[in-house]
Amino acid sequence: MAQRAAQTRRETLIAGMASFAAAAIAPSLAFADAAAVEAEIKKLYGDKKAEAGKIKLDVPQIAENGLVVPINVEVESPMTAADHVKSVHVFADGNPLPGIVSYKFTPESGRAAASARMRLAQTQNIVCIAEMADGKLFTAKSEVKVTIGGCGG
Amino acid sequence: MSNKPTPRVRVPANAKKDEIIEIKTLISHEMESGQRRSADGKTIPRKIIHTFTAAFNGKVFFEATWHPSVSANPYQSMFFRASQSGEFAFSWKDDDGSVYESKAKLTVA
Repeated sequence: MAQRAAQTRRETLIAGMASFAAAAIAPSLAFADAAAVEAEIKKLYGDKKAEAGKIKLDVPQIAENGLVVPINVEVESPMTAADHVKSVHVFADGNPLPGIVSYKFTPESGRAAASARMRLAQTQNIVCIAEMADGKLFTAKSEVKVTIGGCGG
Repeated sequence: MSNKPTPRVRVPANAKKDEIIEIKTLISHEMESGQRRSADGKTIPRKIIHTFTAAFNGKVFFEATWHPSVSANPYQSMFFRASQSGEFAFSWKDDDGSVYESKAKLTVA
C-alpha cells in the first residue's frame, strides 16, 4: 500500500488506462486456467506425482512486452544413457491455449537446457514438468507479471 | 511478412571431444497464432512452425514442439555434446507442410 501511495498522479492515470484497455480486450477471448494446465499434464502422465526440484525455470518476474518473453529451462542431470532428462513440457495458465513448448532431450544433448521466447497474454504462472529416463517427474512454477499482453486482441 | 522464412544458426565450427557446445537458432516466421482477428472480425487462421528438430550425422538429438504461444521469429537454443566430426541438420516444420532446413559442419579435434 505504501508503494501505491507513493505513485504520482500521472503513474496512477497511466496504470488506470492500461487496466481499462486490458479489460476492454480480455472478454473477447477465452483463456486457459490452472485446471486446464493440470488437465494437460494429466493427459501426458496420468495421476503420477511430480516432485519439486531439479528444474531451473528462468523467466523474468516482470515482462514489459508480453509478445516476447524469454524463457530458459534447465534440468539438473548428468545426461548419461542411464540417467538423463527425456522431456520437458512448459505450460502457461493464462493464455488462450495452455501449451507453450515441449522439448525432447537425448544423452547427446549434453545439457538438458534450452531457451526460447514466448507470448504471454496476461500476468500468469508458467508451469514446467520434466520427465527423467527412470520415469520420475519433476515440476517447477514461476509467475510472470505482464505489463502489456501479447495476444493481439 | 510473406517472405520465405530464413533460418539462421550459430554453432561453433570446432570443438574439443566431449565438449558441450551451445547452438542458437533463429528463423523468420510470423507464427500466426490462430487467436487474432482481422479488421473485419474474421479469425486469422493459425500458421505456425510446430516442430523443430536438431540432428547430428542423421541422428536427432533435440526436438522441440512449439505451440501458438511461441513468439514470432522463434528463437531456440540447445546444447550438444561433441563426440566426433560431422554435420548438423536443423529442420523446421510449418503448419502448411513446408520444411525449412539448415546445415552446419562441426570439426572435433
